[in-house]
Amino acid sequence: MSLDISFIGILIGSIMASSVPLILAASGELITERSGVLNLGVEGMMIIGAISGFALMVITDNLFIAIIGSMLSGVIISLIFGFLTQSLLTNHVATGLALTIFGIGLSAMLGKNFVGIPGKEFPILFSSLKESIPFFGPILFGHSIVLYFAFTLPFLTNYFLKKTKLGLVVRAVGDSPVSASNQGINVILVRYCCILYGGAMCGLAGAYLSLIYTPQWIENMTAGRGWIALALVVFATWSPIKVLIGALIFGGITILQLHMQAIGFRIPVQFLSALPYLMTIIVLVVISRDSRKIKLNTPTSLGRIFYKEK
Amino acid sequence: MYKNFFRYLISAIFLLGFSVNSNADFKVGFVYVGPTGDHGWTFQHHEGRNAVEAAGIKTTFVESVPEGADAERVIRQLAQSGHDLIFTTSFGYMDPTNKVAKDFPNVKFEHATGYKREHSNVSTYSARFYEGRTLLGHIAGKMTKTNTIGYIASFPIPEVIRGINAMTLAAQKVNPNIKTKIVWVFTWYDPGKEAEAAQALIDQGADVIMQHTDSTAPVQTAEKAGVWSFGQASDMQRFAPKSILTSIIDDWAPYYVERAIAARDGTWKQQDTWHGLKEGMVAMGPYNSAMGADLVKEVEQLQKDLASGKVHSFTGPIYDQKGNILVAEGKVADDGMLAGMSVYVKGVEGDIPK
Repeated sequence: MSLDISFIGILIGSIMASSVPLILAASGELITERSGVLNLGVEGMMIIGAISGFALMVITDNLFIAIIGSMLSGVIISLIFGFLTQSLLTNHVATGLALTIFGIGLSAMLGKNFVGIPGKEFPILFSSLKESIPFFGPILFGHSIVLYFAFTLPFLTNYFLKKTKLGLVVRAVGDSPVSASNQGINVILVRYCCILYGGAMCGLAGAYLSLIYTPQWIENMTAGRGWIALALVVFATWSPIKVLIGALIFGGITILQLHMQAIGFRIPVQFLSALPYLMTIIVLVVISRDSRKIKLNTPTSLGRIFYKEK
Repeated sequence: MYKNFFRYLISAIFLLGFSVNSNADFKVGFVYVGPTGDHGWTFQHHEGRNAVEAAGIKTTFVESVPEGADAERVIRQLAQSGHDLIFTTSFGYMDPTNKVAKDFPNVKFEHATGYKREHSNVSTYSARFYEGRTLLGHIAGKMTKTNTIGYIASFPIPEVIRGINAMTLAAQKVNPNIKTKIVWVFTWYDPGKEAEAAQALIDQGADVIMQHTDSTAPVQTAEKAGVWSFGQASDMQRFAPKSILTSIIDDWAPYYVERAIAARDGTWKQQDTWHGLKEGMVAMGPYNSAMGADLVKEVEQLQKDLASGKVHSFTGPIYDQKGNILVAEGKVADDGMLAGMSVYVKGVEGDIPK
């Protein structure tokens, strides 16, 4: 067993890589929820993003188009959700669940011809620095551009919600759509935008899996990560930075427990397997104990249908 | 009103019974644990189904059925909707299959990799995958430089433990310093997690990776890391052309066609089938030339000997981890012992999860 410093660097690097889809999807869903919309379709949007990205990569042989296309596909499928919940005023929970089921089915159908095609190598940045600097090299360098984007996203999201006028508008719409509407804000339009943004991020999260993390298409390859992202948003009490922490803990313990098994720790394996879920919840609950802050961050009208008075 | 209701009910029951018994629309149902596109376990069962269909028999399948309560519902529904023969293709379907079989004595059931045949209409079948594992162990023992073999295991059931043991015994024979490191992922199918497990094993010094899970993620991870790997359930060579040394291939097609025709013609009987390299239910993918001509020749000979029965994967003396003798010198393990295998042999690290 090797626990030297350079090995820990490699370990942290792979933990970061594994938490990227969670960070992306949860950050997107966070914006959607802050505007008062509960979209349980994260898993469905991710899997659609995964197949769209992979299919476009195969067809166009261009990774840039594949990434943009996966985000667009997330936008399109979330548009269905937006239209149903915002224009036809359907129930958020039921529509979101339907979106997930729809997404999984549709992706399997679209993906029939893309099964068994090996993926393409995704370019990584600063690969020479990764090898030459011990410890910090594998942490900071040698990742894909999507990873760097994912790790700045929570901070951007935080800034957006707290410091910008548009962020204030989103929060206002999520907290009290009626007063926001009375102030002249187009609640439906704002919610549409937030839903579509969430869709784009979930699409990107899916493409990360099918293009970068495990470059291939296989049915159901998101394997429940969308649900974990959803849970992260709630346990992080709608704070982007805590979403980042939660995703890192979840990814970290998932990877660590595999290493502990490989090293041969004499701890029941079932306990180790449950550990990521357990620890993420415990840590997030502990760091979010401040009930005043929870109230401040919780979108009061989450999941409620907004009827605009005519 | 009630009189009418009962009249309808009785005629409905009559019609239902009639349609099930009619031979004209003989139908075979398949229940899969993963998606048909997993390119591993389920993919191979689906190939078997295609062969049945090609033989002119109508089939339906349900994919990605979770083991447990859902499985019983799906199997029951297939039985209710007039299927005459139902293949349930995962270990975890064992109890649901037997439960449904009790209620549908006219429907035949075939359960893969299980051992319970509680009713006369349930057969079980499996392949001697451990023979393939013996070949993998031989190759791994010769190819490893770090003397560490990484093994991604799914669930602690006899079939998985048998594979680990067969591989380790064969590897020890050619390389006494071998260590088998095992990571349990508690899933048959989660590419992300399988990739992470492979990476963890590689980081811990394993330079040969094998897996008892269903996706191609482990071989791709091995390819990226530049270590050796093996395909599982189907030929996975094109996913990792440099890294894959060979694949264990499950070929269910001949068995499925034979059983479907027997059921249609009324000659189906309960049985327990356990076929291996000899019958072709277990086959090997092409051997990677990176193994070198000598090793390829050696392994091909071993493959022949396993098929002919000259060599048995579990030939004594075999000891468990504590050093107790499991199989005496000169003896081979009988099928009963193999089917219920629940201890590691000497040389495997760690405990079996309970």
